[in-house]
Amino acid sequence: MRAVILGATRGMGRSLARELALRGDQIVILGRDPEELARSARDLEVRGASGEVHTIGCDLTQPETFAAALDEAQERLDGFDLVVVTAGIFATQDELEADRELTRELLTVDFANTVVFCEEARTRLLARGGGTLCVFSSVAGDRGRKPVILYGAAKAGLSAYLEGLDHKFRSRGLRTVCVKPGFVKTGMTAGLKPPPFAGEPDAVARTVLKAIARGKPVVYAPPIWALVMAVIRALPRFLMRRINF
Amino acid sequence: MTTISGWGRNPIVEARVLVSEQLDRITTEAALTRGLGRSYGDSSLPAPGAAAVAASNYADRILSFDEATGRLHAEAGLSLADLNRVFLPRCWFTPVTPGTQFVTLGGMVAADVHGKNHHVAGCFGEHVERLWLRVADGRIVECSRDSEPELFRATLGGMGLTGHILEVAFRLQRIPTPWIWQESERIENLDAFIAGLREAADQWPFTVGWIDCLTQGKHLGRGILIKGRWAKTDEAPQAAPRPRSGPSVPFELPSWVLSRPSIRAFNALYYRKHMARRRRGIEHPQTFFYPLDAIENWNLMYGPQGFTQYQCVIPEHAGGQGVRRFMELLTQLGGSSFLCVIKDCGEQGQGLLSFPQRGTSIALDIPVRGAKTQQLVDRLNELVIRERGRIYLAKDTFTRREHYLAMDDRLDEFNRVRRQWDPHGKIRSAQSVRLLGDDA
Repeated sequence: MRAVILGATRGMGRSLARELALRGDQIVILGRDPEELARSARDLEVRGASGEVHTIGCDLTQPETFAAALDEAQERLDGFDLVVVTAGIFATQDELEADRELTRELLTVDFANTVVFCEEARTRLLARGGGTLCVFSSVAGDRGRKPVILYGAAKAGLSAYLEGLDHKFRSRGLRTVCVKPGFVKTGMTAGLKPPPFAGEPDAVARTVLKAIARGKPVVYAPPIWALVMAVIRALPRFLMRRINF
Repeated sequence: MTTISGWGRNPIVEARVLVSEQLDRITTEAALTRGLGRSYGDSSLPAPGAAAVAASNYADRILSFDEATGRLHAEAGLSLADLNRVFLPRCWFTPVTPGTQFVTLGGMVAADVHGKNHHVAGCFGEHVERLWLRVADGRIVECSRDSEPELFRATLGGMGLTGHILEVAFRLQRIPTPWIWQESERIENLDAFIAGLREAADQWPFTVGWIDCLTQGKHLGRGILIKGRWAKTDEAPQAAPRPRSGPSVPFELPSWVLSRPSIRAFNALYYRKHMARRRRGIEHPQTFFYPLDAIENWNLMYGPQGFTQYQCVIPEHAGGQGVRRFMELLTQLGGSSFLCVIKDCGEQGQGLLSFPQRGTSIALDIPVRGAKTQQLVDRLNELVIRERGRIYLAKDTFTRREHYLAMDDRLDEFNRVRRQWDPHGKIRSAQSVRLLGDDA
């Protein structure tokens, strides 16, 4: 496959990019920090990515960088058939409640800008007859919950957007894969106490890779979270008001 | 605050652990860097009063690889498991591997690990070309045999005390196939074992012995001698070996599970299971190099009090008699252990605190049982000092400072280099407080 990844320098994006490299995909990585991008590109090349792994500057806080970055990626790869978005920001509910500017930034980056990026990616994929758009949302978007009200709201919007894309464009060859990771141990979640069923990024990457191959529209990772969230979605409101999950 | 421990799960401490994919950022405020925490005791735990410990395991990118020479340059948190996943199918392998693949390159340098090929390949440090360290004053220093050679030598086996290891460059070894040709043999007693190891050393790159250390008298030291080499192309299966994963110990087992009778039964069974005197054939490299990795979290078997590993080397001049005296003392003290691992060591490495020296290394797992364990380790250490041997820091939890000081005459040199780079003793571990007298 010819893949474009936004967020490949860290966490689950790094692990997923490595899985793609190991099977010999052609890869272009997008991101903010040129030095970090260069290090990750060398890593992916040694791990087996086909040809040179090009790096292109692209910043989720700056929507005006999206179109140019994707055009350049298209040129480098002579067209792409997989776009992966794992980038995003995270902050705890306490941090967000205490900082209105941080709240605005998180909602903008994790929802509005991510959707705008996906729109740019989707039109390019559709113009070539389709492909896969794999975007990392979160289990936090499955239900309004006390510990992740704001982050969850952004992710709920993102999940709804991805579902809509799937309904409208699957028949035209666009496959959307909405990834809903539960708690995964990465640099982003460092400092938080891992709950039961906490996952490792490499295992998540392997689960996602299978979902991409099958074109599964929604994938929970680690898979146990599908069950956990089914239970959470079924709980009545009076219970949700009492528990702190 | 997070709860962390070494692999022996004793001691367990609360510490501030800094985690990031960018190790160079978090090491500026840490007193120590730890990898995957596979040293057994307190080597990877911060000194009680220290600010924080940096975790390197997400700093794991490969920065370059030269197909012509095998030179690999990577961030220090790269694990051997990951390295094997990428390179074994391409017929490249680390020149030295310890008995688990769940270690990082940084940890392999810090402990200057050795393996089944020590008699021919030496320690991991022999194959390291260059290191990048964050030293105590905050600078990033590159060192090698040519540039800052003292810092380089002190870092090999220096338990992470000379600086935070950020990146490592070393040479992978070309192998004919990614499969192992193994031969194993039942050995009746200790003298035959030592002779067997010596004989095998001439013909085999990998040798190791598992001995039943609960049998006394004329069968003292009976066990299985294992020899191996990389399989030739006409011997090996066509396909590369697929990574294996096995069962996992789901939770901490009660401590009586590993008691003297159960260990004795296991050891006897292991010996008797090897029915034929000699067996040979193709083996999966994971089974050959990392037999215990097959059981995830096997350390939970030792129950809430955890366990310690005791590993020492009895120097060559003490001969088979020295090893016999050690084994006799062990059985006399009633130190029950799963099979102990016995291995002949080659020349001492370049690392200033590198563990192996020419002689015989013995390693045993000991369930922790309070004061009794301290006594056992004390008595074993006294014998090791008399035989002029030494212990392996990566395994140690209970050695007393005065015993350690009596074991290693290279310590002054190490301390001198360390003080030169870290005059205020900023970088330190729980182990360096215990053994080197660092400030808590």
